[in-house]
Amino acid sequence: MAALNIQKGASSHSAYDLRDPNAQTIESHTLAVLVENEPGVLARVIGLFSGRGYNIDSLTVAEVDHLGHRSRITIVTRGTPAVIEQIKAQLGRIVPVHDVHDLTVEGPCVERELGLFKVTSKGDKRVEALRIAEIFRASVVDSTLESFVFEITGTPEKLDAFAELMRPLGLSDQARTGVAALARGA
Amino acid sequence: MSRQMTGARMVIEALRDQGVDTVFGYPGGAVLPIYDEIFQQNDIKHILVRHEQGAVHMAEGYARSTGKPGVVLVTSGPGATNAVTGLTDALMDSIPIVVLTGQVPTFLIGTDGFQEADTIGITRPCTKHNWLVKETDELAATIHKAFHIATSGRPGPVLIDIPKDVQFATGEYVGPKQIETPSYQPAKKGDLATITRLVELMETAERPIFYTGGGVINSGPGASQLLRELADATGFPVTSTLMGLGAYPASGSKWIGMLGMHGLYEANMAMHDCDLMIAVGARFDDRITGRVADFSPGSVKAQIDIDPSSINKVIHVDLPIVGDVGHVLEDMLKVWKARGRKTNPEPLRAWWAQIEQWKARNCLAYRNSDKVIKPQHALQRLQALTAARKPYFTTEVGQHQMWAAQFLHFEDPNHWMTSGGLGTMGYGLPASIGVQVAHPEALVVNVAGEASWLMNMQEMATAVQFRAPVKQFILNNERLGMVRQWQQLLHGERYSQSWSESLPDFVKLAEAFGCGGRTVSDPADLDAAIQEMIDYDGPFILDVLVEKHENCFPMIPSGKPHNEMLLGEASTEGAITGAGAALV
Repeated sequence: MAALNIQKGASSHSAYDLRDPNAQTIESHTLAVLVENEPGVLARVIGLFSGRGYNIDSLTVAEVDHLGHRSRITIVTRGTPAVIEQIKAQLGRIVPVHDVHDLTVEGPCVERELGLFKVTSKGDKRVEALRIAEIFRASVVDSTLESFVFEITGTPEKLDAFAELMRPLGLSDQARTGVAALARGA
Repeated sequence: MSRQMTGARMVIEALRDQGVDTVFGYPGGAVLPIYDEIFQQNDIKHILVRHEQGAVHMAEGYARSTGKPGVVLVTSGPGATNAVTGLTDALMDSIPIVVLTGQVPTFLIGTDGFQEADTIGITRPCTKHNWLVKETDELAATIHKAFHIATSGRPGPVLIDIPKDVQFATGEYVGPKQIETPSYQPAKKGDLATITRLVELMETAERPIFYTGGGVINSGPGASQLLRELADATGFPVTSTLMGLGAYPASGSKWIGMLGMHGLYEANMAMHDCDLMIAVGARFDDRITGRVADFSPGSVKAQIDIDPSSINKVIHVDLPIVGDVGHVLEDMLKVWKARGRKTNPEPLRAWWAQIEQWKARNCLAYRNSDKVIKPQHALQRLQALTAARKPYFTTEVGQHQMWAAQFLHFEDPNHWMTSGGLGTMGYGLPASIGVQVAHPEALVVNVAGEASWLMNMQEMATAVQFRAPVKQFILNNERLGMVRQWQQLLHGERYSQSWSESLPDFVKLAEAFGCGGRTVSDPADLDAAIQEMIDYDGPFILDVLVEKHENCFPMIPSGKPHNEMLLGEASTEGAITGAGAALV
């Protein structure tokens, strides 16, 4: 029977561990999911991700065609190539889903996120915050003598960088919308 | 022409327009208006179940044995939650059923009303799609859509939640022809270029195999016919999953038996060693693949499946063909014939010689006894004594289920109903009633274990009430046999909670339900007992007391590849160790 003994860790190749993160590289993909705007459709999409153990890094949703009852859900997700393919196939299976686009592989795309950042500080720090905001082309949408709220639009990386610089300058609160994305070109 | 009617009437009208003849259900406060309509008509027969789970399994049995959708009607709250197991079962095994649930009136939704449950939320992950209908005007269209979605593409369960005020209110009825589902358009035809590429591979393949599954059955009898034609014409061996049994006949010359964890040695070895695997409506379940890394390492794999998400989910496939099995097989045959009906005969002969050698291992061999009934022997006798009647078989879940799959012979599609994906104990009895209702004259046998059978035994009352002469063939080992087997293999023979210290007297139980019953324990009496069960005019419980510690072999221990099977009487010590132990 010794020949039948399984080595420790050998089951990393079992069906249960298909998504072994060490086996393949993890990729980040931006998916655009066009759905029928009916009650519960977002719950179906989110339920699919939680039920099957997929990741959601960011998710935005809004109606984009009022007359046609279409909404667009933009999801940034991570996984091995096999998992990303499976996510797309599973999304396509949901009855009210019209179309699934993988913007990451379908050519160049524009990704934008809007963020609101509150910076509470005085003196030099306040001046420096305003100066950096100018560099980032962030606009001041609220101001008191002790605080600013900056509005900034850009890639998630740009917003991350802005937040990072604002942190020592008194960043006290932030709100971000998640990514909206469109393919470039006609 | 506009037709105004109440929502409750609409339900009946829509079911009638969908050709429904039978509904399995249980009344309650939130569906009373629909039950009132049922009372006032004669086109649709209502089977009153004893538990909503039973209703869904009956609908599954009905659906699988007829190819038509099964219909269930239950009330809100507990009625709906009791249906959840059946819905999940149907989802896993791709069975078309339509479940109608009552709901508290729209103005009470969200107030924790009496018998209110978030049915849509609860059943969202266990249905193909579900709807809460808030306007009576939308009810008829929703029901028609539900039938279309349940039965097309990869079939599955759907649920419609109907608040009580929507049932009372009046609205406009629309017929089935006025329905559109723009976001749901499943593909039927496969890509012809890929099919041609597959045919080219078939022409040169040295060790080909058809690996068939439930998708062949779901595609309809035509698909089974095409599979038979293709296999017989090419001479390629055919193996099948648990769900696909009967698509290719057990008596067919190309049949090499079921594959998988308790599949036949020759089938699993052929899967492991083949050079061209053609998966037809089968989804590479973990019970089939064993250790994925060592699954059929040397083969080119083609997969025909109507569900794109079934492809590359577990096993990487070289030639994916998305389409309905029947349509794709038809195109395959056409292309193969048009290209001159070529195969690679010499290697194919050698391949069959190899398969015959594996067959000679006689992997289903067991040591029979004249003292105690062996479960395998009981099934062989059941097979022999029922074959002429072309019986329908259902099963519960466990050892008896695997033995039934191994020892019964399946000649036709839609004659084998078993809970494959979900493994639902308690499936078989209600499923057998559903089959019997659809085929009143047929012989319907539920091969059961006593533990599974007890889970939905209340449905015997349904069988008696509706004169469904279902035969309950209970292989009684007073154990949870499969659990016991795994505890023996995996947990040092510590049999934690896997035997029933107190079991009912099944013959007295039969008497209490008002049906026939008999116990048999002596192998010499077995045939007479089976014959009595078959001949009895009405439902019958046959309590077959079998060997208590028989193990089900062959077996691929979890975490092992196909070529490391345990055969009968094998030493099982330490068969599952280390990482394999974590697998279910």
